[in-house]
Amino acid sequence: MDVAIVGIGIHPFGRTAGLSGLQQGAYAARLALKDAGVEWKDMQFGFGGSASAGSADALVNELGLTGLPFINVANGCATGGSALISAFNAIKSGEYDIGMVTGFDKHERGAFNADPKQMGIGEWYGEVGLMMTTQFFAMKIQRYMDAYGISSNTLAKVAQKAFSNGAKNPNAWRREEIPLDVISDSPMISHPLTKFMFCAPGEGGVALILCRADIARRYTDKPIYLKSAAVRSRRYGSFEVFAPSQALKQVDGPTVDASRAAFEAAGVGPQDIDVLQLQDTESGAEVMHMAENGFCEHGEQEALIQAGETGIEGKLPTNTDGGCLANGEPIGATGLRQVYETCVQLRGEAGERQVPNTPKVGYTHVYGAPGISAVTILQR
Amino acid sequence: MKPSSMPMTVRFITREAVMYKNTPIAEGLFTWPSKEPALLGSRCQQCNIAEFPQKPSCPACGSMDVQVEELPRRGTLWTWTIQGFMPKKPYLSDETPETFTPYGVGYIELPGAVCVESRLLENSPEKLKIGMEMELVVETFRHDESGNPVMSFAFKAVE
Repeated sequence: MDVAIVGIGIHPFGRTAGLSGLQQGAYAARLALKDAGVEWKDMQFGFGGSASAGSADALVNELGLTGLPFINVANGCATGGSALISAFNAIKSGEYDIGMVTGFDKHERGAFNADPKQMGIGEWYGEVGLMMTTQFFAMKIQRYMDAYGISSNTLAKVAQKAFSNGAKNPNAWRREEIPLDVISDSPMISHPLTKFMFCAPGEGGVALILCRADIARRYTDKPIYLKSAAVRSRRYGSFEVFAPSQALKQVDGPTVDASRAAFEAAGVGPQDIDVLQLQDTESGAEVMHMAENGFCEHGEQEALIQAGETGIEGKLPTNTDGGCLANGEPIGATGLRQVYETCVQLRGEAGERQVPNTPKVGYTHVYGAPGISAVTILQR
Repeated sequence: MKPSSMPMTVRFITREAVMYKNTPIAEGLFTWPSKEPALLGSRCQQCNIAEFPQKPSCPACGSMDVQVEELPRRGTLWTWTIQGFMPKKPYLSDETPETFTPYGVGYIELPGAVCVESRLLENSPEKLKIGMEMELVVETFRHDESGNPVMSFAFKAVE
């Protein structure tokens, strides 16, 4: 049984005073229902996640107590992707015809402060100042730059492109272009990454209506088919966040594994992808994830990014909605934002930021602590 | 000041000095007290994988047949960064936002054992280079509520 996305809804990302995370989730859910021309009572299941804004299943209090099975999903930054995979499998199994996937969040200002105990690490690790996702990303790109000749200027260009795309996206948080030198010269947060090269925890909500592909045209004349969805956790030897020690010998990380599985299941390759959303919690992540997801060889990013190939008009239009850098990261919603944007692009409804030549196949990728990744491949 | 108060003061300081006790930030992280402290890791007796800190099972194969061992005190810098702002809790140091000093963080490849994450004594990009030789130090990291020094480990460049 193939699966289609027939309704999409989003609450603008950023900071919304006066609206809880849950209310932003409900806002997105109502838009998605309306988009598919269905009602909440038509939903046969719900999968949803939120890290800081309460239980996702509290949505039923907002949308109506219909008795549907609603399952909370919690998988770090891959929460949205994991909820989507759960729904994908629920429909593929033949158990359900139509249901909703949602994710929302509302985080405090400033960097995340994770608790070592929740990751099975001693409290000393946080006390001495090592429990920082920002350090991991900085150390991963530091070594990558040394190994593959990626320049600091390229890191700044990734952020510049993100804000440029964000400026064209009415739902983005950062909607102003930022000049390259301002990005490069902003305070160094964690060498080699400056303030404007990092995304910030934020707020937002996304909802998607999924159904059996064979009934998709009842709800929309532009169904987007979910060709594959894969989630993977880390294997021994991959370099991951929150690791007091790691192997002497490196193996491919969960992104590489999830990507390969998703391509294989969809029966397409990187050359077939017309628009892609890659986890860009900071500039370096986008650079490394281009290669880890198979879109180029390690080191080729330098030339590709300098030539503008990851821009909306380029060969590899990446993070067309501004990515995490311009949208911030509400953990529960971030992965579904990528799927939302891909649907908008494949429907040809992205306006100012529309990728030219009617893209047909899209790709989304998230990465989260403590070493998980989720990938989806979508096709119109 | 009355002359008689002098011995009092001296005795007070002496008593306090005796009362202070250096305590490690966590048990079982490194050998302490020791003239040449070393990090304590566990090594799987089935697949020979080492892990830090010590764990009751192997991260690669899940075997519980592990033995604790002292890790090499010297290694090479695998990667690094500099923490530019004072982290929120659970960070716990003697610093205030006003006195915070950026600190280096890196992974040090300990030959034949494992790559460990650590604070670095160096905190400027000019002084850090992937591949440089580093060695372990155990130093006072902060003081507890009673004023006792709390010891933790770091790596520094080999002179």
